[in-house]
Amino acid sequence: MVQHDKLQQTLMHLFMILLVLCCILPFLLMVIASFTEEATLTRNGYSFFPEALSLETYRYIIRSAGTIFRGYLMTIIVTVIGTGCNLLLTVLFAYPLSRKDLPYRGILSFFLFFTMLFNGGLVPTYMMYANTFHIKNTVFALIIPSLMMNAFYVIMMRSFFSSSIPDSLIEAAKLDGASEMKILGRVILPLSKPMVVTLVLMVGLGYWNDWMNGLYYVTEQKLFTIQMILNNMINNIEFLTRNASMLGTAASNMKIPQVGIRMGIAVIAVLPILVIYPFLQKYFVKGIVIGGVKG
Amino acid sequence: MSNGKRRKAAPYKKNGFFGNLWGHRELYLMMLPGIIYLLINNYLPIGGLSLAFKKYDYSKGILGSEWNGMSNFKFLFSTKDAMMIIRNTLGYNFVFIVFGTIFAVAVAIILNEIRANVPKKIYQVFILIPYLVSMVVVSYIAFAFLSTDNGFINNSILHERINWYMTPKYWPFILTFVNLWKSFGYNSIIYYATVIGIDTSLYEAAVVDGTNRWQRIWNVTLPGLRPTIITMTLLAVGRVFYSDFGLFYQVPMNSGMLYDVTTTIDVYVYKGLIILNDVGRSAAAGFFQSVCGFILVLTANFVVTKVDKENALF
Repeated sequence: MVQHDKLQQTLMHLFMILLVLCCILPFLLMVIASFTEEATLTRNGYSFFPEALSLETYRYIIRSAGTIFRGYLMTIIVTVIGTGCNLLLTVLFAYPLSRKDLPYRGILSFFLFFTMLFNGGLVPTYMMYANTFHIKNTVFALIIPSLMMNAFYVIMMRSFFSSSIPDSLIEAAKLDGASEMKILGRVILPLSKPMVVTLVLMVGLGYWNDWMNGLYYVTEQKLFTIQMILNNMINNIEFLTRNASMLGTAASNMKIPQVGIRMGIAVIAVLPILVIYPFLQKYFVKGIVIGGVKG
Repeated sequence: MSNGKRRKAAPYKKNGFFGNLWGHRELYLMMLPGIIYLLINNYLPIGGLSLAFKKYDYSKGILGSEWNGMSNFKFLFSTKDAMMIIRNTLGYNFVFIVFGTIFAVAVAIILNEIRANVPKKIYQVFILIPYLVSMVVVSYIAFAFLSTDNGFINNSILHERINWYMTPKYWPFILTFVNLWKSFGYNSIIYYATVIGIDTSLYEAAVVDGTNRWQRIWNVTLPGLRPTIITMTLLAVGRVFYSDFGLFYQVPMNSGMLYDVTTTIDVYVYKGLIILNDVGRSAAAGFFQSVCGFILVLTANFVVTKVDKENALF
């Protein structure tokens, strides 16, 4: 019986280890490929055990500073501003909704909730942003459409406020003459730090990984984020050279490591996420578990 | 404040609409940016659904374009595209729901059965990684494996030159695999959270009764997971008219040869709108998706309320 149990435990560990390998080996292939010599890549393809390693991919990326660093910078700017705006909109909407004494709370909740049930879809949304608000090829196109507020996160925040923060605390602050803004900033938010971190991570991940807004609304290369550079590069490596010569950098007269560079840029795009993630894993899990069933 | 007691019983009936607004102006003012955003981003486009019944004229805009009745829909459903995109969207979703659920539940149960705490934590960290990267990056990873000239599979495993991106018959499997790969960690974590919430005394009682592992899984764990499985499945069913645009557009690298097996409603609408400039058909397909999606969400939620009220969406 005991031996039987040991066998079962071993088998289950084996299964999980296989699964974990399945999850990380593809990334490993990507990383190794980005460090493989271009000639080896063209001869043997992407491989876990390349014959010759080289840094030429990254050397190229550094030299072609114009395109790729610019994209990186765009990604960071969009992620920071977008996440900040989302946090602001979400908290400012969620707090009043969590207040049981707010008149028309039900109507406002429904107003929020209905956006999860029904939407106009891509065609009208695109028409509106592109033709009415003329958002195309502006930085707003990367920040505003669809990502700046999400009903799921607002509901997550509201539930947290109303279940974890005692009404008496708000009452006491009110008796002290604090304004609502002050109550939110000085009383509620400091007590909600784990939830705010969760929100920031989930929204930040959304902005960092977003390529759809760029695909729909942006054609101008100076606004490309790293995801969009990837998106435009997959079929068309020349995109990089074209841009490099346009910017007149040293990269224009360098030969592109065509096969390796794809993986190099993909590595750069996921690196920050994979570096930060292990330290903040519990917040991601929290966001998934709370948002998951209803999301 | 003199009638504090009565105010609690009927907190705001007395002051009238504007009185209420003024009385809580600070709170409403806080909500204003959000309200404006939702009105623009979510409500305004709903009006634009009327485009499905109009002949779009760029110079006149949505409002100014002329009505043309059902002709966009007739045009859409007269092509074989209509049946194809509906079949693909529903078909893939059905397969994803079945395999995704079975696999995620299995992983959650195994995680729960493993006793060693440290490896268990480590497994949980790693299985979530695919969920964290964008579909564009996933399409690069897929390319590293599938590329005809440089791909890992052709060069290191098969040693022949299969043209993956030109051969439709492989793609239902590839897409299902990629979807499973990217989403199982996420779903497993949700199910695992439910499993660890199951009352441990139930397990202890089962051990006292002399049951083995399989009996415990069958009689305690699975019944404990049932409400979550039902809710997750029904919510997924509510979204079967929607598809992961990135999965179907990025991962096949928009290859024309794969059109028949990779075009879902979302891909079709995008291509029609932005690449082909065929607004009428796109608008009709989008309208169809929005309305069917809405009906299904309501139906699915209605079923959830019947099965398990607590997990209902509303």
